[in-house]
Amino acid sequence: MSNPRRLRERALAQLTLVRAREFLREPEAVFWTFLFPILMAAGLGLAFRSRPAELTRVAVLQGAPGADSLRAGLERTPGIEAALLDDSAATRAMRTGRIALVVLPSRDGRVTYRYDETRPEGLLARRVIDDALQRAAGRRDPVGVEEDRVREAGSRYIDFVVPGLLGMSLLGSGVWGTGFPIVDARRKRLLKRLTATPMPRSAFLISFLFSRLGVLVLEVGALLLFARLVFGVPMRGSLIGLVLICVLGALAFGAMGLLVAARPRTIEGASGLMNLAMVPIWVLSGIFFSASRFPAAVQPVIQALPLTAVNDALRANMIEGASLAALAPELAIVAAWLVVSFAIALKIFRWQ
Amino acid sequence: MLPAALRLRGLRKTYKDVVAVNGLDLEVAPGECFGLLGPNGAGKTTTIEICEGLTLPDAGDVTVLGQSWARDARALRQRLGISLQETRFSEKLTVEETLGLFRSFYHRPRPLDDVIAAVQLGEKRRARVGQLSGGQQQRLALACALVADPELFFLDEPTTGLDPQSRRQLWELIEGVKRAGRTVVITTHYMEEAERLCDRVAIVDHGRIIAQGTPRELVRSLAAQHVIAFHTGAATGAELEPLLAGLEGVCGIRQREGSWLLESRQAHRTVPALLALLAGRGLPLEELSMHSATLDDVFVHLTGRQLRDE
Repeated sequence: MSNPRRLRERALAQLTLVRAREFLREPEAVFWTFLFPILMAAGLGLAFRSRPAELTRVAVLQGAPGADSLRAGLERTPGIEAALLDDSAATRAMRTGRIALVVLPSRDGRVTYRYDETRPEGLLARRVIDDALQRAAGRRDPVGVEEDRVREAGSRYIDFVVPGLLGMSLLGSGVWGTGFPIVDARRKRLLKRLTATPMPRSAFLISFLFSRLGVLVLEVGALLLFARLVFGVPMRGSLIGLVLICVLGALAFGAMGLLVAARPRTIEGASGLMNLAMVPIWVLSGIFFSASRFPAAVQPVIQALPLTAVNDALRANMIEGASLAALAPELAIVAAWLVVSFAIALKIFRWQ
Repeated sequence: MLPAALRLRGLRKTYKDVVAVNGLDLEVAPGECFGLLGPNGAGKTTTIEICEGLTLPDAGDVTVLGQSWARDARALRQRLGISLQETRFSEKLTVEETLGLFRSFYHRPRPLDDVIAAVQLGEKRRARVGQLSGGQQQRLALACALVADPELFFLDEPTTGLDPQSRRQLWELIEGVKRAGRTVVITTHYMEEAERLCDRVAIVDHGRIIAQGTPRELVRSLAAQHVIAFHTGAATGAELEPLLAGLEGVCGIRQREGSWLLESRQAHRTVPALLALLAGRGLPLEELSMHSATLDDVFVHLTGRQLRDE
């Protein structure tokens, strides 16, 4: 008779193999897991690609005193495009974002700038136009200025967003990739059939985490390779560190998937729970913008989220080349989510 | 005498306000094929799932192969082969992958090729489960029980929903298991299944056993040996009943869907008397049939209801 330990290993190996087969034989799942993050990266990389500063587009109020010459003066300045618009046309253009500011000259030679100070392009236009007008009127700057322009890989939006997309993809495929098959097996009473065998129950749950690792290699590899070859996204940290962050993240998100799928009997019920769990994390954890934008009061919560920790660690590794030791706090948060989620899932799991 | 393969004492299980099992006692001998026969909702599945260690009873003792679930669950699971009602295996795995998975749970699984040959799925071994017919899926379910090479099988309605040919194929498989000397406990609501496969049956209704014995004993326990069914074209009411009861050999009368059913001890005397009666009253005879009493009739006799309620 083989000993219980051997049996457990054999069962775990078979269960993991079965998971991997089930996943790879689901073409839609494969598409969403591998291609979706790449498509996202491609789209965002194109939309936010680095390029010379855009033209500053403004309007000068038509019919105002000296409007024509003021516009001509602005047009002579490189980087500025000025149009003559009447009041309602100018308001419309501003509302739709075609211009960032309206210049309203008055009879005494003063000008009024009309712009939205909460929008970056409004503020920028205010400075550029004012500079142009003041210089044209004879202002001389007391400090001489030279410019030395550089482009640093790592400071671009694509460099920021790729680690975020990686984290997002790990969370999504971890929760969906474990949650749906479990609820499906429960619905088909396959779970009940399995518990009627001597299958070690924890091996069943662990097999989902293990099979996640196999998928992970492809999922992470595909996205990083794409980002590196197409956009030249830097990977300054150690590869081992990067792998470790991804593995730990994938395990933690898989365990969260187990937890979400621990009770529901229907796919619909599980979907609701998954969205409830994932949407806030996606919004708060700094995928497309830095999580530091949220108010200080909620920062303790945000920092404790597993995806925040994974994203921060990935960015620190890839962009700053941070060492593993420096990432210990983030990794500890992720490990805590893994252990706690798995323990609760095992305890409350509905087998029938 | 060998200890019982399965012994249930005072089994009781209630779901919310429904009493599923209501004081059930049962003993199954080793090597026996034992049938739990009853309509849907009689408590058969709850009983068998308690035996399988999937459901905890509210009260009562369960001894399976001399062991109890409370103490020996792990060892016991190695010794049982189980087929649940309506299990669907993963459609994306092949037959041999599914069996490979189940084999990995047992200390001494049967060789894969043996099991596949036993359930005649050799040609389908590399086919995906989703492409199998209903009968083939049920044979796969039985194969998943066979991989354990178990001493005791629990089969919960293994042929429900199958066409007659698939059902006969499955019966042959179960007969093979019996020949190998294994104990089988099977639930069904098909009397012909119970009559063909089971050494003994227990008729279950409202969570308790209302009769048990060999199929032959149970049928013999009926006073009637035959059931005569007939239908008259005209509306026949209560005035006919006392006349029918007075016919020679008649020991029971039922009506079903406009037909009369006479239970008779002496069909050869009852039938001529019936024909004479109808002719005398000018009633047309539109249908007449007769069959030997079956387990179905035993059930109707005991409960006043049909075994199959679909």
